[in-house]
Amino acid sequence: MRITQGTFSYLPDLSDEQIKAQIQYCLDHDWAVSVEHTDDPHPRNAYWDMWGLPMFDVKDPAAIMLEVNACRKAFPNLYVRVNGYDRTYGRQTTALSFIVNRPKDEPGFRLDRQESHDRVVRYTLHSYAADKPKGKRYGE
Amino acid sequence: MAVPAHKKGEVKDRWAAGVTPYAEMGYYQPDYVPKDSDILCAFRLIPQEGIDPVEASAAVAGESSTATWTVVWTDRLTAYENYQAKCYRVDPVPGTNQYIAYIAYNLDLFEEGSIANLTSSIIGNVFGFKALKALRLEDMRIPPHYVKTFQGPAHGVVMEREYLNKFGRPLLGATVKPKLGLSARSYGRVVYEALRGGLDFTKDDENINSQPFMRWRDRFLFAMEGVARSMAETGEIKGHYMNVTAATMEDMYERAEFAKEIGTVIIMIDLTIGYTAIQSMAKWARRNGVILHLHRAGHGTYTRQKTHGVNFRVISKWMRMAGVDHIHAGTVVGKLEGDPNAIRGYYKTLLENTLPPEPRIGLYFEQDWASLPGTMPVASGGIHAGQMPQLLHYLGEDVVLQFGGGTIGHPDGIAEGAAANRIAVEAIIQARNEGRDYLNEGPDILARAARWSPSLHKALEVWKDITFNFESTDVPDAVPTLTV
Repeated sequence: MRITQGTFSYLPDLSDEQIKAQIQYCLDHDWAVSVEHTDDPHPRNAYWDMWGLPMFDVKDPAAIMLEVNACRKAFPNLYVRVNGYDRTYGRQTTALSFIVNRPKDEPGFRLDRQESHDRVVRYTLHSYAADKPKGKRYGE
Repeated sequence: MAVPAHKKGEVKDRWAAGVTPYAEMGYYQPDYVPKDSDILCAFRLIPQEGIDPVEASAAVAGESSTATWTVVWTDRLTAYENYQAKCYRVDPVPGTNQYIAYIAYNLDLFEEGSIANLTSSIIGNVFGFKALKALRLEDMRIPPHYVKTFQGPAHGVVMEREYLNKFGRPLLGATVKPKLGLSARSYGRVVYEALRGGLDFTKDDENINSQPFMRWRDRFLFAMEGVARSMAETGEIKGHYMNVTAATMEDMYERAEFAKEIGTVIIMIDLTIGYTAIQSMAKWARRNGVILHLHRAGHGTYTRQKTHGVNFRVISKWMRMAGVDHIHAGTVVGKLEGDPNAIRGYYKTLLENTLPPEPRIGLYFEQDWASLPGTMPVASGGIHAGQMPQLLHYLGEDVVLQFGGGTIGHPDGIAEGAAANRIAVEAIIQARNEGRDYLNEGPDILARAARWSPSLHKALEVWKDITFNFESTDVPDAVPTLTV
């Protein structure tokens, strides 16, 4: 399966040029760009691991691309995403977030159903990869 | 105590028994300077033949505050100067028999945090007033002093995006069709297909409550099966707006509690349940961490005609204060009424924190929301993937675009229809962010995406010529009528 979190998951994977253009868009809006990676892509996992701090002061898309590529090189078989953060008064939240690297094989999720009272079913998303300990989930 | 001789005539005039013109009773004060804490209203009115527009405007001020048809001595037991609404300006609308009356209301006239009380005052009696041919509440300035007495949206736009883990693009939804007649099991199939195909939300229609062909509890259970399955297949958070609209508050709470228990992220209500019920459900939604969607069922009966009723921008304000997270606010390009400038005014009213007066988009007053969270506008009714560039251009990125027919009517199936919409929105967002002129180059951008996406290709083919070009009945005065 293909996990479709992020702003551009229904498009073909973005090229480096295309990623750079999105980073430029973030910088044009004065959004801080950050890079994050994870081996636990559950949709409610809000906290992917940070590849350093958000780059508040970096205004050069090429410099940010270096960090994106360094992260992808360190974790070639994990999920990596690029975020633009808008600190504007009244927003103060993520403004753009898109996946730029994914495992070769995405096993996805099993849906567990716990049959409860009166036909109620309790649903749980179970990540196949997260059965294994950290560091061994995607054959890294 | 004897009345001083020099004041005798004045006092007698104002307080003599019988009928005195409203304008002479203090309801028209052209020199009045509104206070920061006053609630201000702009009314569009058409006086009856022979009625002075200033007197008609003063009558609106009077009848929506302290006055009745005749002088009453009991006014003199009060500090009535404070409680009288004051019409401070009356402008003719050029080329018409209409006038805009500006009226200021002291904050003391209203109970804190109550839309019911606010509306009973402002629109309670005056709309049936015989001296007027027609009356429309065009806009209100709600001072921060009063805004702060309301809960506001249960979550708001920022919290909703963080909760759903969805950023940088409009959210996508679909109303399940046909809206009446599907069994619960068939209904859940549509939910599942639309969500796994790429939509973020599906939705009950306004009139789907608990009918003989499908009872609410069965619908909720099957819909949740579809939601959970689609989440497992996409790794995304998905939701189905479970309509809890019912005959009584007790019924609505029961349905909402059940929806929460089975794990939905969102429920919905209809505008027809009334302002107080909406405020109750907004409190419930915040307390229980469930997003609250509002369908504006019935609003067209009083928002659409230019000279009588309540403008939708006022309803938008009331609903943001009442505390809904979503509200239908127009599509510009779809099948339902909506002038582009007027709709821009509604969207800004729902989303922004401070607004200046902007006649071009129908905003008569400044509005300071004092950090009240934003309500997400929803665009629904006769829209399809081919319109994505215009939708983004007119409506922006903080919006739920709902493609009901435009998803379920896809020739290859519901999931393919959903995928076509999702691909279209991502392609247009990507192009916009790359700095392209996505409005003019839109057809080309979509055509290129359609080369690798058969579902988008089919959607563009099927609906390529579908537009709804009718002249709007309701446009701001400042611009000529235009359609898209």
